[in-house]
Amino acid sequence: MIYSDRRAGLAFAMPFLIGLLVFTLFPFIASLLLSFSNYQLQDPIAEAGYVGLENYSAMAADPTFRQSFWVTLIYVFVTVPLKLAFALLIAFVLNFRLRAIGAFRTAYYLPSILGGSVAIAVVWRYVFANDGLINQSLQLIGMDGVNWLGEPGYAMATVILLRLWQFGSAMVIFLAGLQAIPTDLYEAATLDGAKPWTIFRRITLPLLTPVIFFNFIMQVVQAFQEFNGPYVITGGGPLKSTYLLPLMIYEETFKYFDVGYASALSWFLFLVIAVLTALAFRSSKYWVFYSNEKEAPK
Amino acid sequence: MSAKPRPLRRPSRQRMSAIVRYAILIGVGFLMLYPLLWMIGGAFKPNHEIFGSIGFIPQEPTLDGVIKGWNTSTEYTFATYLLNSFKIVIPKVILTAISSVLVAFAFARFAIPGKKVLFGLLIATILLPKSVLLIPQYLMFREFGWLDTFLPLYVPSAFATEGFFVFMIIQFMRSLPPELEEAAVIDGCNSLQILWHVLVPMLMPAVIAVALFQFMWSMNDFLGPLVYLSSVENYPVSLALKMSIDVTEATSWNQILAMSTIALLPSLLLFFAAQRYFVEGTTVGAVKG
Repeated sequence: MIYSDRRAGLAFAMPFLIGLLVFTLFPFIASLLLSFSNYQLQDPIAEAGYVGLENYSAMAADPTFRQSFWVTLIYVFVTVPLKLAFALLIAFVLNFRLRAIGAFRTAYYLPSILGGSVAIAVVWRYVFANDGLINQSLQLIGMDGVNWLGEPGYAMATVILLRLWQFGSAMVIFLAGLQAIPTDLYEAATLDGAKPWTIFRRITLPLLTPVIFFNFIMQVVQAFQEFNGPYVITGGGPLKSTYLLPLMIYEETFKYFDVGYASALSWFLFLVIAVLTALAFRSSKYWVFYSNEKEAPK
Repeated sequence: MSAKPRPLRRPSRQRMSAIVRYAILIGVGFLMLYPLLWMIGGAFKPNHEIFGSIGFIPQEPTLDGVIKGWNTSTEYTFATYLLNSFKIVIPKVILTAISSVLVAFAFARFAIPGKKVLFGLLIATILLPKSVLLIPQYLMFREFGWLDTFLPLYVPSAFATEGFFVFMIIQFMRSLPPELEEAAVIDGCNSLQILWHVLVPMLMPAVIAVALFQFMWSMNDFLGPLVYLSSVENYPVSLALKMSIDVTEATSWNQILAMSTIALLPSLLLFFAAQRYFVEGTTVGAVKG
């Protein structure tokens, strides 16, 4: 068969192999090496000096780093569960014999396409401004406006809301997962007199776990890398309350030129994501149910 | 795509359920889309009206914001920035589509040495945070003398660096029946001819989805241009917008909202023209995988 031709296969894979080496593996290793150096952005690369673990010990003593890591964790572990829960809820509501299901799906999906843009971040700034849309609406229902961008907790909420607004892509995936569940399972359960909640717990949720797992991993990885929203809306402030790690890495590199330190930060970020995804994959065999397996989950 | 019914016992309950569902969907949908409506409305409002009411329909419509926004406060019009965006995004989309199809073909059909490891690495690149690669890539492109050009922004796409897209096409290709390809082999086609004449036509929905996603994501990309481009004449819309809010924000809100609207227009038009491909593209990796 023609597909057993290894040389042809390698030829087709060549762009990936080159790209993997030049644009991924080499920078990946270089970044680790740089994290052991005192390299400054404006210097020739030859002048980089080895400083051992100095950048990492500097991190441990740096209150800005601790603040940045802390707010990054808050950001990720507030946005991801809320976003997934909301996406799942709306997917349930949509998974029904509804007219115009396509129109709703489109309307909900649109923000996740546009939400990462600077334009939307700019609009967000205005919507959450002191006399912006949100505060004016609050006043209409008799509540006091809030200094969204000026107070640490509210600034974080503003940035989190921008991400929650983009729940559509996760929802579309949940909806496809729901629609892939065979109807005869529901019919059989109903005939046996199962209550809706039991049906949800015993049929829908187990069959949906692969999709929940996929969405969870993708959302965690993306949330850890958020940059545009906080950079444009709050600039990381006030009082570094939205100074996520990607912002800190950017500023350490291109504002303070401290490439060594920034590389240590980016490797730290990488390790955090790697450990979390590894844990998620490890745990998946206990709770993710693939329907081609014979046994049901306990 | 048709929604499958969820079983419910009595018709009256079913009707109640439908009413509740519609109420939730319309309410949430309205809240979701309102910021966009407000942005578009704000582009046609005079400045004093923008923070004066929560309505999105301009009371005293004016083109002032659109005209001044288009002319920008720089020596270039917004057309320059849009054109710069396209000069980055179009090569990026084309290179991504070609390289992803070639590489997906290798993974989905060929026996290549070390395939399992390579596939693992492909998936790992999807999960790898981009910031860990950003600094060395920047230094590398600086050595190439590519700073302040568009090259660092699209050349990597020629090498299938976005594993997600390769994965999408692999998944799609695996779902295609092999019979047509077998027939083509019997007819004496080589592998490139099979790819081009047999597979690519069937892969079109996936390729279009890849192109659309890459278009949207690249239009939205801000960090890349921020890092690599320094002269204003090279700015794409994302950088131009950020610059405008830094320079003119004090009072010219309608200009900023007009520019935001124009910046989103290409993505909006494309989204409405091709929405079904987005839904298919989003779900192919997650549900079939």
